[in-house]
Order: sequence, then structure tokens, then C-alpha cells
Amino acid sequence: MLGIGVVASILGIAAGLLIDWFPVAASEEAKPIDTLWDVLIIASVPVFVGVSVVVLFSVVKFRMRPGEEELDGPPIHGNTKLEVVWTAIPAILLVGLCTYAFIVLTDVEKAQANTMEVRVVGEQFAWTFFYPGEDGKEISATELHLPIDRPVKFTLQAKDVLHDFWIPAFRMKKDAVPGINVTYRVTPNRLGEYPIVCAELCGLGHATMRATAVVQTEADFASWLEEAAKPPAPPAGGGGGDNGKGLFTSNGCGGCHTLADAGTNATVGPNLDEVLAGKDEAFIKTSIEDPSAEIANGYSDTMPKDYGQRLGADGVDALAKYLSEVTKEG
Amino acid sequence: MTARLRAPGLPRAGFFLVLGTLFCAAIIIAAREAYGFPVFADGGITTKAQNAILLLSLLIAPLWFLIGLGAFDYWFYWAAGKKERAEDHSGHGATSWTDYFRVNTDHKVIGIQYVVTSFFFMMIGGLLAMLVRAELAAPGSQFVDANAFNGLFSVHASLMIFLFIIPVFAGLANYVLPLMIGAPDMAFPRLNALSFWMLPIAGIMMTASFVAPGGSFSTGWTAYAPLSTSAPLGQMFFTIGVQFAGVSSIATALNFLVTIITMRAPGMSFWRMPLLVWANFSTSLLVVIATPFVAASQFFVLFDYALGFNFFRPEKDGDVLMYQHVFWFYSHPAVYIMMLPGFGIISEILSVKSRKPIFGYRMMAFSLLAIVLLGFTVWAHHMFVSGMQDWIRIPMMVTTAIIAVPTGIKIFSWLATLWKGVLHLDTPMLWALGFLTMFTLGGISGVILAMVPMDIYVSDTYFIVAHIHYVLYGGSLFTIYAGVYYWFPKMTGRMFDERLGKAHFWLTFVSFNATFGPMHLVGVKGMPRRVADYAEEFAAWNLFISLSSFVLGLSTLIFLYNMVSSWRGGPRASANPWRAFTLEWQVSSPPPIFNFDRIPTVVGGPYEYGVPGHVHGIMEPAEEARPKQAAGASSAEEGV
Repeated sequence: MLGIGVVASILGIAAGLLIDWFPVAASEEAKPIDTLWDVLIIASVPVFVGVSVVVLFSVVKFRMRPGEEELDGPPIHGNTKLEVVWTAIPAILLVGLCTYAFIVLTDVEKAQANTMEVRVVGEQFAWTFFYPGEDGKEISATELHLPIDRPVKFTLQAKDVLHDFWIPAFRMKKDAVPGINVTYRVTPNRLGEYPIVCAELCGLGHATMRATAVVQTEADFASWLEEAAKPPAPPAGGGGGDNGKGLFTSNGCGGCHTLADAGTNATVGPNLDEVLAGKDEAFIKTSIEDPSAEIANGYSDTMPKDYGQRLGADGVDALAKYLSEVTKEG
Repeated sequence: MTARLRAPGLPRAGFFLVLGTLFCAAIIIAAREAYGFPVFADGGITTKAQNAILLLSLLIAPLWFLIGLGAFDYWFYWAAGKKERAEDHSGHGATSWTDYFRVNTDHKVIGIQYVVTSFFFMMIGGLLAMLVRAELAAPGSQFVDANAFNGLFSVHASLMIFLFIIPVFAGLANYVLPLMIGAPDMAFPRLNALSFWMLPIAGIMMTASFVAPGGSFSTGWTAYAPLSTSAPLGQMFFTIGVQFAGVSSIATALNFLVTIITMRAPGMSFWRMPLLVWANFSTSLLVVIATPFVAASQFFVLFDYALGFNFFRPEKDGDVLMYQHVFWFYSHPAVYIMMLPGFGIISEILSVKSRKPIFGYRMMAFSLLAIVLLGFTVWAHHMFVSGMQDWIRIPMMVTTAIIAVPTGIKIFSWLATLWKGVLHLDTPMLWALGFLTMFTLGGISGVILAMVPMDIYVSDTYFIVAHIHYVLYGGSLFTIYAGVYYWFPKMTGRMFDERLGKAHFWLTFVSFNATFGPMHLVGVKGMPRRVADYAEEFAAWNLFISLSSFVLGLSTLIFLYNMVSSWRGGPRASANPWRAFTLEWQVSSPPPIFNFDRIPTVVGGPYEYGVPGHVHGIMEPAEEARPKQAAGASSAEEGV
């Protein structure tokens, strides 16, 4: 039995280590975490194999044979030595694993020099990223760009409900919580584009609350940031200007609505190309400020009611004007 | 007709329900008129007033229903100072199926009411799971929209937790526990009946949320604020439904505690109690201490939602994280509420079916109590990514890992119980062995989740979904099946079909693993949970998972058919088909109306298989068995 157990454990561990569990790793933090996983696999497989082998062995060896219907087993009530062993060994193993996990945690969370700060704001159902710019003005973007090999500290905020800012390739995640700032750090170390996922149920459009993280060279990042800073970005949470398309994107409308002009194709809310075709500005304005006023067929009254406040009167006007223009043709 | 409406029962309950709703409508209309809010518009009632009436009715109309049903009749009679009614036991026992549809104070009837009701809601919850998997069979949105999908998994989880696993254990224990300790009934039979009747109220409320304006509650069974405080009205069907399920749960737990402490037969010392009794003693402690916290968390939501309180509004100094702390301070112990009774069932079955004493009986009881204590120290491991203070994660990680030690003691002791036994591999035993292996897997993924850096990565992914189902399906539900098959002969007086029972086990065991096993893989690969739509790379596994889940769903129908047909026409069961020592098997199947025609006296341990000539209890006439000098006399014969 012991032999079978050892062989099965080795095979199980080998299989566990050979499986390609994780998505691509793109941060310094990924390696220690992936290694922790391997260690946990090595510690776990023998436990499961051990229990299963004893069960199977007992089933084969001790099953009732014909003629044993009235037979009882030996009245063994316990064995103190054995009980001490199977209390102490798991306890030691678990404390060991906790110590190791603690070391990994301090390692991946330690503060580093030359850290860049990015403010991440979640709202139903979009992310906006704010970079510190010249003279205290923040530069906003809907795509996350990060220079390679430079530590970054995210400060997470939420406008409405809980969200969770997760880039699987970086391995770290935390909730964005209304009312408090939550922070975590990563150091991207691989060029490429990685999905950003909202991992905390945040309502209708939760599944579509996605964005992209672009890790690029220091030079590319610098020129992108310069470009992003150029057109006076709309202030946080919308506001004036007649940049209707910018408002549409930066307020996360595309998280729920399809709009060909803005290149969005979400299906949580009605398709604006269809439902707004031929509607005038006044109708669209009402629909933004008081979404319950008229509900498109087949949809329920779930659009947040505070876009009027968030955008301000000018913002609503600009957005309504933009929407009526781009949906005229239908 | 008037006579039926005056006598306690379902017709009067229905009539009172209507009265209760009108009562709520009157309060709302009067209050709104008094404050000058609009009530009537366009020849009808305004939407706001309608919603307010519905909300108040959810809270209050069920109480009218219970009064109509007769759950309070005796107490009202007594409180009015009328001459005490002689107990005629008219509310006791069942002679026809209609006796199951009234307030019945017989713990055996209530036990069956509980079990059947829970399985009814389990079928609904399972059906919802099938719809969830149908939508997830392919990426993109197929036949439900995002709102309906969020509703499906939310109601699925809520029904399975609050209307199935927790109450079905209460139901099994309701039937078996008084018999096991040699008591004629529970300590408070009328409270017991009231506890049961709150359950269908909670279940119907949660299920009915699908017809609420704005759809069912769709914020998960966790109902995190502020999503829940700003959701459509359907959310309240959860918030208020949980209150009824919670009250039912607390009252039953109190009942168990008092019954266990005060109503044990002569000679039944704590160290002679079967482990199922120990398990329900521990569970009841958890319920009584923890469940008020979930009630509080949902009242906070209700107040924020309906009365404009600011518990969770950060702009008004509310604290969003507080919800999670209060919620998990219940909901982590709730995991053990859903597991410890199962541990008790497994201990009974493994000992009887291995024909050996349970290995390390006292350690088995102590480890239950250790889990009760430790269970209150781990709640924040659900919140490693929540944004709470960082340092608290470390102690929570250590306690979470350490709780695996008493759990491990139980697993190893069960294995040692098997060792050198004479294993009867029939249906209850197969479920018990299936539980041993599957629960071990769930426990292992639990230890992995305790490790903070790992948890940060996999929390809110399908890895969590896999873990919870290995613990609650492979763990709790397997023990429930084991227990239902094991006590089926006692409860119904009939034997179940052994071949169908085995087919049920094997089909479930294989399709369960095919359904939930691959979820570990897609979870670590990065698929978040609670999404209707997902990336193309997960499509193949999800299709496989969905197809397996349909087989898993079908396997439940075998169980259902077996139970119904065996109950109607199975062969008669003998008093003790498993040759067990515990007291419930020493009376007829089903037991006499007052359980024991003669009060038993307990003279030895409950699991002494293999000890020649051992007896656990003897059926002595009550007068002779009851010791005149009370406690102390029986402790001399300790020596298990």
C-alpha cells in the first residue's frame, strides 16, 4: 500500500507541475506566486493520495465477504501515539506553509524605489486611469499604459459600488471600494497587451467591465503619455466641453451600450445605434438624466440614475448633441 | 366554509395572508397621506406606494400567515389567561398526508416536513444551476440577459444554502436526535413547529423574487453593499427572506441545545452520546452565536435601502467594508454549520458499516468543539482582497490553516475506523466513502486558499466556485445523501432500492468530478466567477463542464424516483436493518408516536461493535429506569 501511495503521489505531483496552470506572467510578482503554487501542489497531492489509497485499500482488503454478514471488526478504540502524530505533523506542515506564504507576501508587497503612481477609478462599468502630470494636473486615459521594469503603485477608487482591479498576468488584485483608497504594487516585466478584469460582482455589466493594460518600453510610454496629455482631457467624472465622444468613452457608457461611432459593442443596455435612431436631442437628454422615463423594449430599469449629476448640465448637453448626431442615420 | 376559515390550517392562513397584506397597504397609504406623499395616480396606486406596500408586506404578512396557520394559537390562549388547555396531543403525529400540511408538534413529522421541503427547494435551486450552466455552455450571451443571469446564480446559491443544506440537516437531526438520546420529543415542540413553518416562507419569498419588478435579487448570495442597497426591489426578497430562514435556524438550534442538555435518557452521559448528537450540539452553538450577525447585516441593508440610513454610504460617513465584516462573521461559521452535522452523520455510518467502534471517540468530539471555537477566528480570509487593513491578513491566514488540524484529526480517525473492519459497501457507505475523498479535496483547496498571496490571485475566480462545490456538494450534500439513505428505513418504515441507490452514487460521483474538477483549471487560468460571458480560451472547458453538469442534474432524478417509489411501495423495513447500537434503531420503524413505550436506560457507549455481548441502551419501564438519586450514580460505570 505504501508503495502504491508513493508512486501515485509522485505521478500526481508530476502531473500537477506539468499542467500549464497560469496565464502568461508579466510582472516580477508572478514568479514567487507561481512557485508558491508549485510548493502547495507538492504538499497537497500526497495528502489526497494518502486518504484515497487508504480508502481504496480498505475497500479491497476489508470488504465484507460472503459469510461475514454477522461478523464484527476488532474493538479498537484509539491509539494515543497515532493521534498525536496525525495532529502534530499537519500542524507543523501548515505552520511551515504559512511561514513560506508570509515570506512570499512580504516579498511581493514591499515598497520599491522609483515607483510610478497611477490612480485607478472604477465605475459601472468602466475603468479610468489617472497619471500625475505637469503642475499637479492629472492625465486621464481609458487604456492602462505602463513602462516596462518600473514599479507601479495603483491607488484604487470606486465611484458607485465595489469593483476589483485585476490583471491576471500581474497576479495581484484588490477591490476598489467606495469611500476609501486601496493600494497595491506590481512591477511589469514583459512587453505586450494584457486584459484587465473586474473581479467583484458590480451589477449588470460586470462581465463586460474590461480594459487593456499595455506594457511598453520607457520611450514608447513617454511619448504615449505626452500624446495623452495634449488634448485637454475632460476632468474627472466628465464635465464641460463639447467633446461628446470623449464623454461617452470616459464615463463608461460603452461598458453597456453599443455605439458604432465610438467603436463599442456591449450588449448590457440597448444598442444606441438602433434605439436612438431618429430621436431628438431632448429625448436623449431625458434618457440620460432620468433613465426610468422610457425603457427600451426588452430591457429593465437598471441604468444608474446619477449621470445627470456626474456629467453636469453642460456635459449632458454635449453628450446628447453628440449622440443625436452620430445616430441620425440609424 | 366559515368553519374552515375559523379553524387553524392552510385555508385560514391564506385568508390571514390577504388580511395581512391589506393591513400593510393601509399602513402605507395612511402614512403617505399623512406626510403628503402622492398615493393615488391615474386611477391606481403610484409605483412608489406599490413598492412600499410590497416591501412592508414581505416583512409583516408572513406573521399573519403564521397566526392564521395556528402556530401561535396555544400561546395566545395561554397569554389571554384562559384556563390551561389539557394537552390532548391532537397536534401530534401523522395518520394521513394532510397532517404534514398543518402545524404539527411531533418531531418526527417536523423532521420529515423539513427534509421534504428542503429537497423541494434543492430541486428548484438545481434547476437554476442548470440554467446557469446552459448559459455558460458557450461564450457570449445566449438566452438570458445579464440581469437574469445574475439573478439565476444569486437565487441558486441562496436557496441551496439557506433553504437546503442548513435546514435539511436540521430536519434529519429533528427526526433522529430525540430518538438517539432517548427523549420522547424535542424540548419545545410548539417552537419546533413554528421554526419549520418559517422555512417555506423564506423559500417561497426567494423563489418568488423572479416576478418582482426589476427582476430577482442579483447581487449574489453575499449581497455586498452598496450594490445591494441600490438594487431593484427584488433584493428585498433576499434581505427579508434571510431573516425568516435565520429566525427558524436560531429557534431550532436553541431547541436542540435545550433538548440535548436536559432530555437525555438516564445513563446517557455526554461521553456516551452518539457523535451525531455531539455534532448537532456544536452546530447549534455556532447557529445561536453567529446567525444574529447575518440578521444584523441584512437589517443594515434593509434600513439603507428602505429608510435612507447611511450604514454603507461613504459620502455620509458610512463604511462599505463593515458590511463584509458583519456578513462574514456569520457566513464563515455558516460553512461549519453546513458541515459539522454531516461529520456527525459520517461518524454514525462509518462505525456501523465498518462494524467497529469509532476511532478516537473523545478526540472526535473535542475536534468538533475546536472547530466551533476556531470557526469564529477566520472570517476575514474571505476579505484578503477587500482593502481592509493589511496586517489582519496574517493572523487570519494562520487560524485558517490551523482549522485544518481538527478537520484532519476527523478524517484520519475515520480512516482508522475503516481499518481492519468488515466493510458493508451498501449505498449509505458508498456516500460516506465518497465524502471522505471529495471533502479531502475541498479541504486541500481550502488550505491553498488560506495562503494570502495565492488567495489574492484566485479569489473571485472559478477556483473559488470549484472549492465551494467540493466542500458543499462533495462534502455536505454527500453526507446528506448518506444520511437520508441511512435513516430512510427508520423514517418511512420501508427499504429503498439498493441498485438505484448505487447507480445514483456512481453517476453523481463521476459527473460531480467532471463538473467541478475542471473549474480549478479555468479558475487558475483566469476566468472570473459570476460572469455570463467569458473569453474564447475557456470555451472548450466550459462546454465540457456544462454537459457534465446536465448529467449531474439527471442523476438527482434517480434519487428522487428511488425515494418516492420506495416510500410508496418499498419492502417493509425491520426495526434495525443495519444492526446498529444507537437508540433510534431499538424501536420500531417508523417509531411509535411517543418514541419509547418504555424510557430506555443507557448502560454503555454507542459504538461498541465487536465487543462481545455489548448493549448501549436497555428498555426498562420508566419508573424502574429513572434513578431516584439523580446524577452521579451512573458515572461509576464509565470506562469506554
